[in-house]
Amino acid sequence: MAARYEHAALGPEQTRIPPGHAWNRLPALGAGCAALGVVGCAILGPGNPKQFFFSWLVSFLFFLSLALGALFFVLIQYAAQGGWGIVVRRIGETTFATIPALAVLFLPLLLGLHDLYSWSVPGAAEHDALLQWKAPYLNVPFFLIRAAIFFVVWGGMGLWYYRGSSGQDVTGDPAVSARLRRFAGPCIIVLAVTQSFGAIDWIMSLTPHWYSTMFGVYFFAGSFVGFIALLSIVSAAMLRAGLLDTVITAEHLHDIGKLLFAFTAFWAYIAFSQFFLIWYANLPEETIWYRARLEGSWEAVSILLMAGHFGVPFFYLMGRDVKRRATTLAIGGVWLLAMHFVDLYWQVMPTLHAEGVRPSVLDVAAFLAVGGCFVGAAGWLMRRQALVPLRDPRLAESLAFENA
Amino acid sequence: MPFDSLRSLTARLPLVNRLPVGPYYGILAEFATPTDLFHACERVRDAGFTKWDAHTPFPVHGLEKAMGLPRSLLPWIVLGMALIGAAAGFGLQVWVHMVAYPLVISGKPFFSWPAFIPITFEVSVLFAAFGAVFGMLALNRLPMHYHPLFRSRLFEQVTDNAFFISIESWDPQFDPTATGKLLQSLGARSVELVES
Repeated sequence: MAARYEHAALGPEQTRIPPGHAWNRLPALGAGCAALGVVGCAILGPGNPKQFFFSWLVSFLFFLSLALGALFFVLIQYAAQGGWGIVVRRIGETTFATIPALAVLFLPLLLGLHDLYSWSVPGAAEHDALLQWKAPYLNVPFFLIRAAIFFVVWGGMGLWYYRGSSGQDVTGDPAVSARLRRFAGPCIIVLAVTQSFGAIDWIMSLTPHWYSTMFGVYFFAGSFVGFIALLSIVSAAMLRAGLLDTVITAEHLHDIGKLLFAFTAFWAYIAFSQFFLIWYANLPEETIWYRARLEGSWEAVSILLMAGHFGVPFFYLMGRDVKRRATTLAIGGVWLLAMHFVDLYWQVMPTLHAEGVRPSVLDVAAFLAVGGCFVGAAGWLMRRQALVPLRDPRLAESLAFENA
Repeated sequence: MPFDSLRSLTARLPLVNRLPVGPYYGILAEFATPTDLFHACERVRDAGFTKWDAHTPFPVHGLEKAMGLPRSLLPWIVLGMALIGAAAGFGLQVWVHMVAYPLVISGKPFFSWPAFIPITFEVSVLFAAFGAVFGMLALNRLPMHYHPLFRSRLFEQVTDNAFFISIESWDPQFDPTATGKLLQSLGARSVELVES
């Protein structure tokens, strides 16, 4: 009738990238893009350091948000004891295993703290009562300690879950699943807190007089949409490349699409909630952030986000058939991933360019540099492990998964 | 005859109960297990019957595919109602704030569309929910106060532990004896000709 629970035997050609396959060249491709980006930054950066640091910040946040979204996805799969997602869990694990690389990519920002964050400039709080009041939190040493804690925590959790899952490929020990599930709940709480303060430190403090208690949730919403979009793209790309051919089915794509649809709506809900309360109260200390993003051509970007990050994808992903076909789902994923980048760009850049959107070659160079490292690291990791958790006790259930 | 012409009229309406025109309602076949029912449904579907139904005490996974049922109209009803609801909610607020009670609230303009969003969303969800519930009932022709199968002794077990296929007599392929034999051959535990 419906689900078949007999043990599925997956052959090596189904579970690893075959030798000679194009995807073996992903690390090289990533390294090439990174080299190009670094050269671009090295040439153009010194002439325009502020632009460089802001561009680097946007690209860094984009790829970090994907990694953190991946970590959250894997954690909730364990915590909720979900069965359907096991075949795609390795994609999430590979994505967050790049966090150590991203920690290194954070370092260039430390050279530009004074360019990015006005509160970090010595003497900034001298005539500013609000900055004085916030100084116990907004000071460079504490900022650096927090950043170190974030990367240690994220990297540590990521490593623990990655090692646990890939170790289970070899041992097949079901106790691993139980252990990873038991700690998933606390890890989610730790991730939520550290992610919120990361967003507050790195994005919200760009406008140090401004605050929004919803900001952490806003960053999370965007990052989760970003990762699920990435998941849909990678799944579709793998199927097209002949990897995991019978393993990822229309049923899994359907569920990925449902998550993408749901969290697009969730993002819109959070984004609107944050805006609405500030708009309604109309208090100057809160409205400055949105006023800045309705200035000049930033207004067009705001409208683009409303229509493009919510309006269009919501109706596009509504239909059942769109979500079940790899190509149509991946189109939605690519679109939303692009919109997630626009969202982060819109959050960060108005601090540098108040008059309007000023695209720069450094935006592209930074994206290539950070993105190349990210893709290269992920590609390298993909070659070293099986593409699915081979001996997860519930793999057969995931392979036979059918939507009702 | 006036009564017959009325009946032929209602026969064309999708949501009105159609009662059979002959002496029989149809054939009822009982199966012992959901698996038997599932395979029998596939065979009945493949045999080309169109006016038939399966009856089970609990949902059987995949049965709608085994029966060859077309995709439901309900999602479109829900979407339509959601759009109507959004328009209704938004329109209500536009009328209230611009025509009926144009008051300056909190320094905001009369047409303050951000403030209209929560209610628009909620009314849209409300209409969509109504569409889903009442649409589902309507498509299932519920409430159905009478159905010829209720008079079958055999059918009393349908909410308990028995699984049934009923083929209605106005199916073009229906034949009182042949259809019964077919269902018997598909593994039916008992077959009954139900009178209308």
